[in-house]
Amino acid sequence: MNEIRSQATPEVTAASKVGIGDGDIHPARKGPKDFHPWLAKRWQDHINEYGSPGRQGWQVGPAYPKSQPNASRRDAYPPEGGRPGSSLEFMQRQHLDANNIELGILNPLGSGQGVQNPELSAALCHATNEWQLAEWTSKDNRLRASVVVPYEDPVASAAEIRRYAGNPAFVQVLLLSRTAEPMGSRKYWPIYEAAEEAGMPVGVHAFGYGGNPITPGGWPSYYIEEMTGHSQSQQAGLTSLVIEGVFERFPALKMVMIEAGFAWAPSLAWRLDKHWKTLRSETPHLKRLPSEYLREKVWWTTQPMEETESPTRLAETIEWMGWDRLIFATDYPHWDFDDPAHVLPMKISEEQRRAFFMGNARKVYRGCAG
Amino acid sequence: MTALPEGAIDCDIHPSVPSVQALMPYLEDHWREQVVMRGIDELNSISYPLNSPLTCRADWKPASGRPAADVATVARQALDPFRTSVAIANCLYGVQLLFSEDMGAAFARAVNDWMVKEWLDKEPRLRASIVVPTQNVEMAVDEINRCAADKRFVQVLLLVSGDTPLGRRHHWPIYAACEKHGLAVGIHAGSSYHNPPTPVGWPSYYTEDYVGQAQAFQTQLTSMICEGVFTKFPHLKVVLLESGFTWLPAHLWRLTKYWRGLRMEIPWVDRAPGDIVRSNVRFSLQPVDGPPDQESLLKLFDHMQSDELLLFSTDYPHHQFDGNAALPNGLSAELARKIAIDNPRATYARLMETVG
Repeated sequence: MNEIRSQATPEVTAASKVGIGDGDIHPARKGPKDFHPWLAKRWQDHINEYGSPGRQGWQVGPAYPKSQPNASRRDAYPPEGGRPGSSLEFMQRQHLDANNIELGILNPLGSGQGVQNPELSAALCHATNEWQLAEWTSKDNRLRASVVVPYEDPVASAAEIRRYAGNPAFVQVLLLSRTAEPMGSRKYWPIYEAAEEAGMPVGVHAFGYGGNPITPGGWPSYYIEEMTGHSQSQQAGLTSLVIEGVFERFPALKMVMIEAGFAWAPSLAWRLDKHWKTLRSETPHLKRLPSEYLREKVWWTTQPMEETESPTRLAETIEWMGWDRLIFATDYPHWDFDDPAHVLPMKISEEQRRAFFMGNARKVYRGCAG
Repeated sequence: MTALPEGAIDCDIHPSVPSVQALMPYLEDHWREQVVMRGIDELNSISYPLNSPLTCRADWKPASGRPAADVATVARQALDPFRTSVAIANCLYGVQLLFSEDMGAAFARAVNDWMVKEWLDKEPRLRASIVVPTQNVEMAVDEINRCAADKRFVQVLLLVSGDTPLGRRHHWPIYAACEKHGLAVGIHAGSSYHNPPTPVGWPSYYTEDYVGQAQAFQTQLTSMICEGVFTKFPHLKVVLLESGFTWLPAHLWRLTKYWRGLRMEIPWVDRAPGDIVRSNVRFSLQPVDGPPDQESLLKLFDHMQSDELLLFSTDYPHHQFDGNAALPNGLSAELARKIAIDNPRATYARLMETVG
């Protein structure tokens, strides 16, 4: 899938002239011991003896085997060894320098979110947050961290958010989209309250294991169905956020939907509006059309960018959402990486280009106005 | 409002079973006794709460009882005003929700026999879908074979959300039977509620459940394409009913991108998902979850890349539009004719056998 480019030549492409914001970079651990400086001996032993299972059956690995080892680009293995994404120096050379990334948002995966044991989940998330500071943001000032929270325990999550509320290295709160209950459920409101208070958007990355089948009709057979299905999961999560009234209750809350596509947003907005108009007696707590909440409170990262048969159709779809809604993202170092030099197939204005590649990100992420 | 051509074929109307009493003459002795002994009052799914503003349009609501519960009312409200030549009755009685396979099969037989005697025999403009007990595929196939001799059954009716995704191979005998008999596969909004209605669990509000039907359809389209249903059954027609359709272009863009990257996992899918949809999958018109402006709707039709995908429907008695405005504004007369007449005829093989 990926074009292999020589890593040591940071070519400046047409797209990268403006300086790029990347809303989805995945730093990886070199090994499990990376977290040990911040993980109590008790939890180190616990993981050794019992593992850290979530709501799926494998001891190790995702429910559906990925298409590539670690879902990663074949060319993203650091020369010194280790998993793709585990070497800051190689990430700098292959990605940050080469693609002129001026602002990179770290979204650590496999970091304790969705782990069934609630205390272990909280301990792992906290270790992940400290590790981001120690190993990443303190070493490269282009990178910003996400507060990884054990979202099935919203009270512990809110405490974790408040712990980093004063630390400018953290610019968003990170959830995974496959929650155990729909994301707008009252159970999760302490997270939104703390995020709003800290001035951080809540990013919702695809994946996670809430234990529910990824379709309302049961478990599908294939990885491609799971990958495609993240878009439906995020649509369901957003529907819940809107209909439950989260945006009424927390008016300054911002959401960023990560790695689940964006072209579905206009259709979801139209459908919500149409049926809410018929059924509005059920939700008197909503004061505005559902589409208005989406239009003002929600952003979408672009990768994996929908590929349309004609560039006009992509442009028209983005026009329906607004050019101010999209945050460019690469998903480095994963296999379905989007290259900023090739991601936009059509001519757009300089203003749109700047918003798409950097301006929107600077407006959304806390303290990144530059 | 775009004028509806005379003789339109309405591909989705919903006659109601007025009460379990109405089915009693069509249930076998054992099940009749079960109904009485166990106090089984009704099998109406939460998909359409009786008095919700969506379940029945205000001007179609009866003084008491369930809407669309007798043939004279349906003719007066759903057929005459639209000058409909043929309407396909999709009965949404909650047969698929039952956990017992045997009870599901018994109620499916009763609903289908009731449909023949109380509706098809009394109103020549009506056709119907065969309700099947999806709890057990062999029983579902038996019911298809039992009903298929009556050519007024033009389709087999499935709910979009059941126990397992509809592409899964154990469902394939249903599709083989449909292909053999020239029946379309109609997949309608609704759930057996054996899984949570969203991929992230049970929602708090009915609005979420109803809006979420579109996501359920997206996942089923993915399943049927990826499992290879259309490679195995190239002549099968699948009709998504009350699904919405404005989500289709974005869904196909995503699925096609992943198909390009991951087709090694499903090598039997030898055509792009969009090509498969254009040859084998159709969508009922209502609800039009469309953009508010006419110009955007026309752009969306361009994104769908075919004028053969939509089949006229009113979704009677559900409240999707007011008055007679069943077609959205701004359609050309040519497109209106295709949606109202040509596309349904091309989709339902049996319509051409039973309609002149």
